[in-house]
Amino acid sequence: MARRIGWAALLAAGLLLPMRVYPVLAADILAWALFATAFDIMLGYTGLLSFGQAAFFGGGAYTAGLLTQRLGVPYPLNALAAALAAGLLALPLMGLAIRRRGIYLAMITLAFGQMVFYVVNEWRSLTGGENGVQGIPRPALGGVDISSSTAYYYAAFPLAVLGLLLCWRIVRSPFGRVLLAIRENDVRTETLGYAVHRYKLLAAVLSCALSGLAGGIWVINHGFVALDAVHWTTSGLVVIMVLLGGMGTRLGPLVGAALVLLLRDFISTWTDAWGVVTGTIFILVILIFRQGIVGTIERLLEARTRPAPAPAPAVEEVASPHRS
Amino acid sequence: MEIVLVQVFNGLISGAFYALLSLGLAVIFGMLRVVNFMHGALYMLGAFGAYLLGVQLGVSFWWALIISPLAVAAVGFLLERALLRRLYDLNVLYNLLLTFGLTLVIQDAMRLRFGVQGVPYSIPAQLRGAVLIGFMFFPTYRLFVLGFSVLVCLGVWWLIEHTRVGMIIRASTENPVLTRALGVDVDRWIPLVFAFGVALAGLAGVLAAPMRNVSPLMGADLIITTFAIVVIGGMGSILGSVVTGFFVGVLSALGAVYYPPAANTLVFIVMAIVLLFRPSGLFGSPEAG
Repeated sequence: MARRIGWAALLAAGLLLPMRVYPVLAADILAWALFATAFDIMLGYTGLLSFGQAAFFGGGAYTAGLLTQRLGVPYPLNALAAALAAGLLALPLMGLAIRRRGIYLAMITLAFGQMVFYVVNEWRSLTGGENGVQGIPRPALGGVDISSSTAYYYAAFPLAVLGLLLCWRIVRSPFGRVLLAIRENDVRTETLGYAVHRYKLLAAVLSCALSGLAGGIWVINHGFVALDAVHWTTSGLVVIMVLLGGMGTRLGPLVGAALVLLLRDFISTWTDAWGVVTGTIFILVILIFRQGIVGTIERLLEARTRPAPAPAPAVEEVASPHRS
Repeated sequence: MEIVLVQVFNGLISGAFYALLSLGLAVIFGMLRVVNFMHGALYMLGAFGAYLLGVQLGVSFWWALIISPLAVAAVGFLLERALLRRLYDLNVLYNLLLTFGLTLVIQDAMRLRFGVQGVPYSIPAQLRGAVLIGFMFFPTYRLFVLGFSVLVCLGVWWLIEHTRVGMIIRASTENPVLTRALGVDVDRWIPLVFAFGVALAGLAGVLAAPMRNVSPLMGADLIITTFAIVVIGGMGSILGSVVTGFFVGVLSALGAVYYPPAANTLVFIVMAIVLLFRPSGLFGSPEAG
């Protein structure tokens, strides 16, 4: 019962959000919450630290933006096309990246992300290079005008919620249980007869496709997309969101995304030192708050109801060879 | 044909920077198992060090070449003692994330202080002009950068192969637990090796100052190319990182002759091909993960 009230409250909060913050920021929160939750399928539930997610978020954003600007593809088809494009891009890139693990995977995904950045930058005839894609229209949705920011928020809301539900469904399915096993010990999972490589690839492609969907929702919200969407700072930002909220928790990425965006909006009124602020948050979370907000709350609740040790977070159990 | 030769030289110059940076990364990774994301930011600090020494104190390029890397080493030493060492017991990814956060702070703090445009730093008087090699004139300073980096790489290689410190580094790269069990105080060397590795980045920064615009973001994209080089070469090998650095420099420069837009992306395509056929890297050992 309490659980149902909680979900109803969350849904209500989502529906009332544009009245508390301005609608463009509200829709940004939707898009980034989906991006972070989708990324957590890889980071929190499969133990794959990708540092190149901007390629899929930004790639999705460029796809949706160009389809709308050049061919007049309406919402939500443009956002769905963004998901498809990001998934197709993830297939070769993540397929290669998951040939390595851990620290190498992080460096490889970072490098592939940078490759996509350079391609977008060089392919000026299509992407506009440094100018980006501007003036992306927002055609009416089945006769309903969604050109106002508030109208778009409510148009984007169901799609974002569907995306979030899909993420949560994926990690709680039998498939998701295998991902958890891979996170804990991929060699043992392989010996149990699971095709670990295929599971990792499918998890990554689904995660990236949903990130592309988030990028699509995001770009239609703003009406333009520029190079920073595919830059590695965007990849880093989504990692910060997930860690701050708590990786491998259901609501953590959503909370992290909302907090970071609200903080950025609040801070931008009196300083432009955004990099210093995000970097500092990052350092503090890594040093003293690795469970994240939701992870910490869950652990406290668990300690109260039954005093059992909390499960280890995703990547902590593999100690380095030093000081062991 | 001439353009190809010119580009080979230019490629060797960018290769020299890649080599110095990936060499520092490899030394640090071997000893600490840390992938230092800050490396590009510290390269930038090295360049700014030379600039500030010159503008504020009138220190010449030659002294800056010594002082600035030492200052960067000091910064690295302090950060290792204050922050990085707290995470050695955890998964190595946490230190990558920590140094990523530090990169954001360092770069943004420098941007707030100096702006994104960057500042000029002039070539030292002794190295201005160009020299005739064979049929073409080549800027003296660039030749100096090439020769100097090769000397530094050889020096580091000698240090690692023929000194006691080098022996400890090689031993703990190979097997840290066993090295400790044999009575070597590995922990004592960790901050010093880290400082040494980042000093190489600082040195690369000073060398870059007269050639490239000294700006807060000069190391931001360079570090990612260097990561790709490290993946191509394989993390395990000191020699491998240097050779791959020069190889990728030349390859990108030659690629630019035939298809200019590919100059930046070529290294990533090479990385993809290496991952396809030899996932552990050209010089890496297969069990490295």
